[in-house]
Formats: sequence, structure tokens, C-alpha cells
Amino acid sequence: MKFHAFHLMPYRHLDMAEAGKYRSYWAVLPNRLYDPAAGADLYQEYIGQLELAARLGFDGVCVNEHHQTAYGLMPAPNLVASILIDRTRGMNTRIPIIGRALPLLNNPLTVAEEYAMLDALSHGRIVAGFVRGIGCEYHASGANPIYSHERFHEAHDLIIRAWTEPGPFEFEGEQYNFKYVNTWPRCVQRPHPPVWIPSQGSAETIEWAAHPQRKYPFIITFSPVESVMRFHELYKQQARNYGYEADGSQLGWAVPVYVAETDEIAIRESAQHIEALFNNYLYMPLEMILPPGYTSVASLKAILATKKGMTTAKQTMQDILAKGTFAVGSPETVRRKIEEAHAKSGFKVLVTMIQFGTLPDHLVRKSTELFAKEVMPKLRPLGESAARAAE
Amino acid sequence: MAQPKSETIEILGAKMHLRRAGKGAPLLFLHGAGGVPAWLPFHDALSEHFELLVPDHPGFGASDTPAWLKNIGDAAFCYLDLIEALKLGRLHVVGTSLGGWIAAEAAVRNCAPFATMTLIAPAGLRVTGVPAGDPFIWSPEEHARNLYHDQSFAERALAAPVTPELADLQIKNRFAFARLAWQPRLYNPDLERWLHRIKTPVQLVWGNEDKLLPAAYAQAWLGKLPRARLLPIPRCGHLPQVERPDEVVSAVRSFIRENAP
Repeated sequence: MKFHAFHLMPYRHLDMAEAGKYRSYWAVLPNRLYDPAAGADLYQEYIGQLELAARLGFDGVCVNEHHQTAYGLMPAPNLVASILIDRTRGMNTRIPIIGRALPLLNNPLTVAEEYAMLDALSHGRIVAGFVRGIGCEYHASGANPIYSHERFHEAHDLIIRAWTEPGPFEFEGEQYNFKYVNTWPRCVQRPHPPVWIPSQGSAETIEWAAHPQRKYPFIITFSPVESVMRFHELYKQQARNYGYEADGSQLGWAVPVYVAETDEIAIRESAQHIEALFNNYLYMPLEMILPPGYTSVASLKAILATKKGMTTAKQTMQDILAKGTFAVGSPETVRRKIEEAHAKSGFKVLVTMIQFGTLPDHLVRKSTELFAKEVMPKLRPLGESAARAAE
Repeated sequence: MAQPKSETIEILGAKMHLRRAGKGAPLLFLHGAGGVPAWLPFHDALSEHFELLVPDHPGFGASDTPAWLKNIGDAAFCYLDLIEALKLGRLHVVGTSLGGWIAAEAAVRNCAPFATMTLIAPAGLRVTGVPAGDPFIWSPEEHARNLYHDQSFAERALAAPVTPELADLQIKNRFAFARLAWQPRLYNPDLERWLHRIKTPVQLVWGNEDKLLPAAYAQAWLGKLPRARLLPIPRCGHLPQVERPDEVVSAVRSFIRENAP
């Protein structure tokens, strides 16, 4: 199993009483609630946490993109990736950017260029994540959600071609048109950096990511553990339909993790911070998280019918624990939770969110050290013997 | 009272659903973003004096969602095709909100088919410094409350049962609305440059308490249209044809009498 530390870089000093007067922490939350001096310090704190994770032996440190929100201060994740590359110089740490939100861009060639630069700067250590962005970001960017899927697929195809076909060539699409595609620099990794597809598990995305031409690792984010296992199963099933067996390295689970000396201490220390993540930072009304066309009509109806959208209902720590959207406890407990999930799906890509909501620096560092020293070593062999046996 | 008859017309491979009622001069009604989920008293009243034609826009109601429908210009050209296909000669048009915008986009391309135009709080223009409401971010309750001045209409709308069929229709209409109006939100920055091409007499009808497109937007239209007048409706929101149907019907009739005797 491979371990990746992941950060959203939330604005954790938010005046939540004031912020609660607005419909969401996304797009409409006035930016006067952000203090530039405090924010500048946060970047150093958070980059330091990811650097710590790399030094503690995580296989990768991850960044991601969100816009106009206190939930994440990385509208340009490649800037942070660039710093992490330098802080991990001489190490084997991978730098997954999970990912750039392609449909929001009018010129996706900038992603081909920037990822190629990061690949060069890191001597081939980056992972190229591609996402559609979340619903609110179609409000924040103006991109029309009706064309979200079309823009995603077209931008993806354009970027892969820009990396793999000799330039210059011409690209003619429905959404994007370029007279000259001729990306300088070219990627160090051949034919191109590995691609990850973080997702909430839509059937369309599974079908696309598992396709034999792609076989992209599929990282399920922030979902109840049962759903994660179900989506992994669907991916494996889809792979079988395509005529191959999916490897555990194609299956990922992104989950907030908090480790402390005992279960009781872990829950006590993390409760208010994880509740802040799910109930405040991640809260969005339906109109914001599911703008028209972001999902198909059929998917939207299914969601409305079950009202399962975790981002629209307030959750207590008990709810969060019951759903398994959070891996929390003593090293023993957290290890067991991950082992149990691995036994069900065989996934081999673990993405642990080491900081969440308002969790302060000293607790992030304590939890990350405990995880690296007392959880990771015992989990590392998971799936590896099976892989060796298959070779 | 005339019962509407449903029919289908094919435009560029897409089936367009159309309701037709009444006798007289042909009058084309272009609906707003909510579509025409129900035949209104307003439609009945118009059909007593005109041959009323109420199509569902492409992408809306019982019409197809063609792949060629990408933007507001496609909807406008579709209606120019539809008017030719109807073979009714020149006709009057009443367009409300999104429908008013489509009517104006069609008329800047070719205003010859239109004898008169009544635009009820049309979308389509921007007014710098006067923000429009955002129907894509409003909750269903905000939506109902913000569309009406008289809140008893909002209360009734919110209390009305939503059948599965109506829920499906609302999703379909919302998707089509986003296709046409998500970005820029509810306007086309190019439209204002060409409004002088509409030589047809235009009557603007605007609720003074419109919270979606504030009454200041009426002045922007008046400033750009060569032959336009404004009927402001006091104590009325974005849907005068629902809140004040008698006044709107009477305004449509007298405007047509004056301009197309």
C-alpha cells in the first residue's frame, strides 16, 4: 500500500459565527472574512505539515484546487506543488496534484504546460490529477455546468495529445479549438505523468477511467466507507467487462485521518474540527453543489430522491463515525479500519487528509507522526504479497 | 373558452411542441425560464381575441433538446425557422423574461415577421451597477418569493403539490435555461449593439417591484429600441402576466390595435 498525505489548506481562522450568516462558505462568503496576514502564516504552516509528512516517509504529498472558498486556499495548486518539489529535493516523494479542474479553464493547454514544468522541476515525480471541479466552482468561474463533461473529456484528450503527439498540431473540438498545439517543455515521465481521477463515484466516470486505454487510478473522496468499497467494486466490475482485472494500484481512498494515543483522546481532540469540515466548510445548498448539467438528469433525480448529499445535511461526530467518512482513533483502531477496508476492495492507494477543518498545527503534527510511525509500517505490506505472487 | 390543441413541428430535426388556441390575428407567446407547465388564465384571455400560439422552446417542456442548441442565438434562429414553417404571415409576439430575450434576439436578426412585440420584463441586457437576481443560486423558496410582489402568489406556488411529472419538467427546463443563460448570467453582451435593428413597435411591460430584473432594466431597453414605449406596473413583480393578467392582456390588445389596425 502507498501512502499520500493530502491537504486542502482551509482558512482555519474563520469567524464561523459571522460566516454562518451566508448561504455557504463557497462563492458567496465575503472575502473580508479572510485576514491576509493570518492567511500568509497558514501557507507556511500547511506547507510545513506536508514537508513533515514527506520526511516521515509518506510516498506522496498531495495538493488540490478550489476556488473562492474558505474550504481551501489553493486556487493555483501548482504553485504549492512547485514549493513541495523543492522541499523534497533528493527524496523519492511523489507530488500528486489531485487535481486541476479542467472544465473551468478556457485554455486547458496551460495545464499541459504547467504539469510538464512540474514534471521537469521534480525530475519526474508528479502525478497529474484531473477533475471537473465541484458544483460551486461553476458559480465561481462562470463555466457553464451544462458542458462540464464535454469540456472535461475534450480538455483531457487535448492535454494527453499535447504530451504524446509531436507538435505542432491542430486541435479542433466542440469546446476548444487551437491552431497550434506545441507544448514546451515536454514531460520527463514517458509517455506522460501518471494520471489520477479523484471522484465522488459517478457511473460515467468509472466507465471512462477504467477503460483499457486509460486504466486511471480512481480516488474516491470523502465518502462513507461502504460507498467507497461499492465504487471500488464497480470499478473492478467495469474492468472485468473490459476484459482485464483491475489492480489495487488503480483503486484509491481519500479520507480524513486522525490518530492519537487512545480512541477516546483521538475523538475528543478531533471532534469539533471534523464537524467544522463537514458541517461548515463543506456545506453547500443543492443549488450550489449540483448546478444544472453538472450531473446527468438521471443522476440528479437519483440524488434528489435519496437526498443522500452529505454536504447538505448537518452531521455530528457520531454520524461521521457511523458512516466511516473519517478514520479516527488509536494507531491500533485506525490500522484496523484501513485493513478492513483493504480486505474488502484490495485498494492500494491511500490518501490521508492530515489536516481538516480547524485542526491546529500541533495536533496535525502529532497525529501525522503517530500515523507514520505506528500505523503506516504495519499497513505497508498490504497488497504487496499479492502483487509479488502475480509477477 | 378555447381549449388549446397540441401539435408538433419539426425544426432542424428537433420536434417542437406547440399549443394553439383561439381565432384572430396570430399571436406568438414565448415563455419564460419556467416554461408553460400549466395553461394560465392569461392564455385563455389572449385566445379570446387572437390565434394564440404557445410553443415550448427547444430544450423546454415537451420539445426536444437538440444538440444544435448551444446558445441564445440558436434559440432565436430556431424561432425564425418556426415562424416560416407556420406560414401565418406577420404575427404579433408576446415574450416574457427569457422568452422576451429570445424574441429580441430573433428580431435583431430579422424583424420583418413581427407586426408588434410586447416584451414583459425581458432578460438579455446588462445594466452596470444594477445587479440582476440570480435564479441559479436561489433556493426554491427564495425563487418563489422573489418572483412575486404579492406574496400570496408565492405562498400558493410553494403550497402547490409537485407531481413527479412536474418535478421532471422543472429539471428539464432548468437544464435548458442554464444552457442559454448561465454565462453571461441572463444576458448577451452583443445584443445591445444591435437593438436599433428592431424597427417593429415594441411595448415593454415591467413590474416596478421586479426582484429578478429590476425596473431600471426597462430604461436600458427604452434607450436602445427605436420604437418602444414602457408600461410600468406598480406593486408587481417579475411575472405581471400572473400577478396582473387583466392589465397585461388589455395592454397587449390596445398596443396591437394602435399599431396594426
